[in-house]
Amino acid sequence: MEELDKTLLQKVTDIENADFKGAYNIRKNGAGIERKVTDNINIVTKEDGTGIDIYVKENTKFEFVHIPVIITQSGLKDVVYNDFHIGKNANVYIVAGCGIHNDHHKDSSHDGIHRFFLEEGAKVKYVEKHYGEGTGEGKRILNPVTEVNLKQGATLEMDTVQIRGVDSTVRATKGIVEDNATFVVSEKIMTHDNQYAETIFEVDLNGKKASAKVTSRSVATGNSEQIFKSKVTGNTESFGHVECDAIIKDSGKVIAIPEIIANDVDANLIHEATIGKIAGEQLIKLMSLGLTEEKAEEVIISGFLK
Amino acid sequence: MKSKVLEIKNVCFTRENKKILDNINLKVNNDKFVVITGPNGSGKSTIAKIIMGIEKPDSGQVVLDGKDITNLPINERADLGIGFAFQQPVKFKGITVYDILKLSSGKDMNKKEACEVLSKVGICAKEYIDREVNSSLSGGELKRIEIASVAVRNSKLTIFDEPEAGIDLWSFQSLIRVFEDMRKIVKGTTLIISHQERILNIADEIIVIKDGKVEKTGKREEILGDVFGQSLCCKLEDLK
Repeated sequence: MEELDKTLLQKVTDIENADFKGAYNIRKNGAGIERKVTDNINIVTKEDGTGIDIYVKENTKFEFVHIPVIITQSGLKDVVYNDFHIGKNANVYIVAGCGIHNDHHKDSSHDGIHRFFLEEGAKVKYVEKHYGEGTGEGKRILNPVTEVNLKQGATLEMDTVQIRGVDSTVRATKGIVEDNATFVVSEKIMTHDNQYAETIFEVDLNGKKASAKVTSRSVATGNSEQIFKSKVTGNTESFGHVECDAIIKDSGKVIAIPEIIANDVDANLIHEATIGKIAGEQLIKLMSLGLTEEKAEEVIISGFLK
Repeated sequence: MKSKVLEIKNVCFTRENKKILDNINLKVNNDKFVVITGPNGSGKSTIAKIIMGIEKPDSGQVVLDGKDITNLPINERADLGIGFAFQQPVKFKGITVYDILKLSSGKDMNKKEACEVLSKVGICAKEYIDREVNSSLSGGELKRIEIASVAVRNSKLTIFDEPEAGIDLWSFQSLIRVFEDMRKIVKGTTLIISHQERILNIADEIIVIKDGKVEKTGKREEILGDVFGQSLCCKLEDLK
């Protein structure tokens, strides 16, 4: 594995030297390059070669699964379908994400379609990080799709982060939540220059006492633009909370389009959206501690996206 | 001879055709505990903000240790040794109590040191150190954290803008003990904007502001009788 590969892998997984624990599958420029399975976690290439199936045995006690993707070939358009089948009462920590390095003029893109099927009582923490770098004019484009199906009592907690370097992204997340199941999403996005980021959340709360909590924190700087669309439907006694909180700077634009639909009298749905520049009082407070205005802004934004 | 840390010379400040400060002249001596008091709307908080650079006077000068700081930005005044505790503590998203104390101390403060500071302002450090400085904290808790954040700076001049504002009587009762111990916590000169009798009672010197002018300055014992006579300050009993 080349040094550049290791650097990109570290950016999206926070793990040095690709030293992954548990099961893993590393995909580079459209093909798998390394894989490891464990007694409880099996990774199988789909017959049509479009992606992988990850099988986690029922009652698996806490284990890690890493499935990072890296793209270093300019002009590559990579599409992959990964399906996660999580057995009853299994508990796993899954890290996915894509790092693109593009030094050339052709656009590079990765569309990862991840589907999660959690059986009763299964528990998943899913962390997804997107990162782009490189000096070329070629765009770095990521369009992740996540579909989540939660059976009775299952929980999926998804953390998704895009901090730098992705020129264009449309991120779609769909969830179907059954009885007593919980879907928690935390999204953090920062865009700069002329970047574009669109987030689409669609969650159906179908089961009794199903719940969903979506928190989006975003910062749009330069001439970048972000759109946040969310639609939570409560079809039964359920609870949904969507919070979109955005900081805008320079000529950055953010559009938040909330939609909450209650189809049952016991559905309790909340949407909160706040968009604005950094509060002047926050800058003044940090400057009164000796920070310059620029440093104060940096501290506020990094705290906000922490 | 007393040495002065701060001098305000001929400061005027007008907003929306209202003269808020009308030719203010003040001197604050080194290592003193000074309270600026006066009726609501008298211009006390504006003086505090002008000293910190949050507001800019229309005319006049602010001099710190003989240096004219009138045109310096807030952060440079902080670097020269002015600390400022806000009347309404500022809330953040994602920034913890520990983060604020580290930023404030200007060094790589470890958790043990941060906990010691929090304990001094009456906060159970372990429970609070990793909490975000946001609306989940009560007014009293935010006040204590605000005090801790200026205390760690060891500024030569620390300003507290109405520390009693915005907290309930019960939180104030316990917070006042922190102020009574203020000399142990905050080094250098302390300048408090307040109308609380119990805060006035621990002052070395008191400055009375009325209608944007300095009405009186002097030692506590010289001023207090007059102040209470004019009902300029709020006695704790009045709050009950």
